[in-house]
Amino acid sequence: MREISADIIAKTIKEMCIEANCYVSKDILDMIGKYKEKEESPIGKGILEQIQQNAEIAKNKMMPMCQDTGMAVVFCEIGQEVHITDMSLTDAINQGVREGYKDGYLRKSVVKDPFHRENTKDNTPAIIHYDIVPGNDIKITVAPKGFGSENMSKIAMLKPADGIEGAKKAILEIVEQAGGNACPPMIIGVGIGGTFEKAAYLAKKALLRPVGNNSAIDYIKEMENELLDNINKLGIGPGGLGGRTTALAVNIETYPTHIAGLPVAVNISCHATRHSTRVI
Amino acid sequence: MTIEISTPLTEEKVKELKAGDKVLLSGVLYTSRDAAHKRMVGELNKGGKLPFDVENNVIYYVGPAPAKEGEVIGSAGPTTSYRMDPYAPYLLDKGLKGMIGKGDRSREVIESMIKNKAVYFAAVGGAAALLADKIKKVDIIAYDDLGTEAVRKMEVEKLPLVVVIDCKGNNLYETEKNRYKKI
Repeated sequence: MREISADIIAKTIKEMCIEANCYVSKDILDMIGKYKEKEESPIGKGILEQIQQNAEIAKNKMMPMCQDTGMAVVFCEIGQEVHITDMSLTDAINQGVREGYKDGYLRKSVVKDPFHRENTKDNTPAIIHYDIVPGNDIKITVAPKGFGSENMSKIAMLKPADGIEGAKKAILEIVEQAGGNACPPMIIGVGIGGTFEKAAYLAKKALLRPVGNNSAIDYIKEMENELLDNINKLGIGPGGLGGRTTALAVNIETYPTHIAGLPVAVNISCHATRHSTRVI
Repeated sequence: MTIEISTPLTEEKVKELKAGDKVLLSGVLYTSRDAAHKRMVGELNKGGKLPFDVENNVIYYVGPAPAKEGEVIGSAGPTTSYRMDPYAPYLLDKGLKGMIGKGDRSREVIESMIKNKAVYFAAVGGAAALLADKIKKVDIIAYDDLGTEAVRKMEVEKLPLVVVIDCKGNNLYETEKNRYKKI
């Protein structure tokens, strides 16, 4: 049994909240550069250029790339040989979020109650997903999620008869409806299978995969490429102002499901698809 | 072509702006988003006063990140505008001439813009550090309790925008998407 102090976890979470918000990841920046070369719309090209300049300013000034620094989504893989001391793990994560959002001058966007809407003023609570795995490490991913794009996400509970074609059609429709509201160029996270909530969880997790890295399953890889191609023919373009660059990637994760169902969840994200991972 | 304009936005200035124009906007503008809009329109419905005179003015839909010491403001990019659609026609009727945000607007808002001769600009969503660089002065003038959603008076210099819906209702979100659509 390995003992890990909750204080270390809180400190790590704090640092990751700040890093994730101020640095656009290299895979995304590289992909924006590639698409900028190919972009046919002059307005669209200009927008991609502003996104590149913005990433540079954010990095140099340690300022968040987007003012919507999101709700902190935390994925925790906890080795079953680990014993956490000094504080509950959930409290430690929330303490890290609290300190990160304060010290990093990040926007506090969380309200206590969905109807009464009083701001918690420290961006807690985080959304935490725990997974118990073999081993004696803790792997933590902090993925702050903004709601411009989150609001455009959807789930479709399809019939088994709808099949691959039905899933592709549903995904394309959801992306088209998101249009310019979701700050294109988008990254499209898709979760297929499982149950209602499992599909949504997979769609969120799919956003963590670097852009340009396709699924290891051949037919899913094909589906990702075909969807990306078709999404980029919708004409939505950067900022929704027309062009070829509507999405940088379609990442699909799948899971076994029930004989009667075919859940397809689409979690839309913008170029600020932030994620920082560390192993303690 | 890039047009440099400054606030206040008179009807004459608005009429010259066409969907697709790139604009560098300077001068004073005001910030307001979901909760502040709800409160402002609540005030109007009660016959009360708005926290600032909207006539010939511009509202930027933004909830900025906090400013570091020595900085004027934190990152400050546009928020999605459709959430303000239920409120915008009330303010346009009171003389609001410009709105800055991102994403398409409802039919009701566009009709009200045509009726009241107003313009809707888009700023690049996510380019929040770049846009913050163009903000020179900020004061909270109302609804302090709303935190990032408080109403702020802001002085901007050459804020880069695109006219997406002009006062005739020409809508770049429709025309440009159709131009590049291949499916």
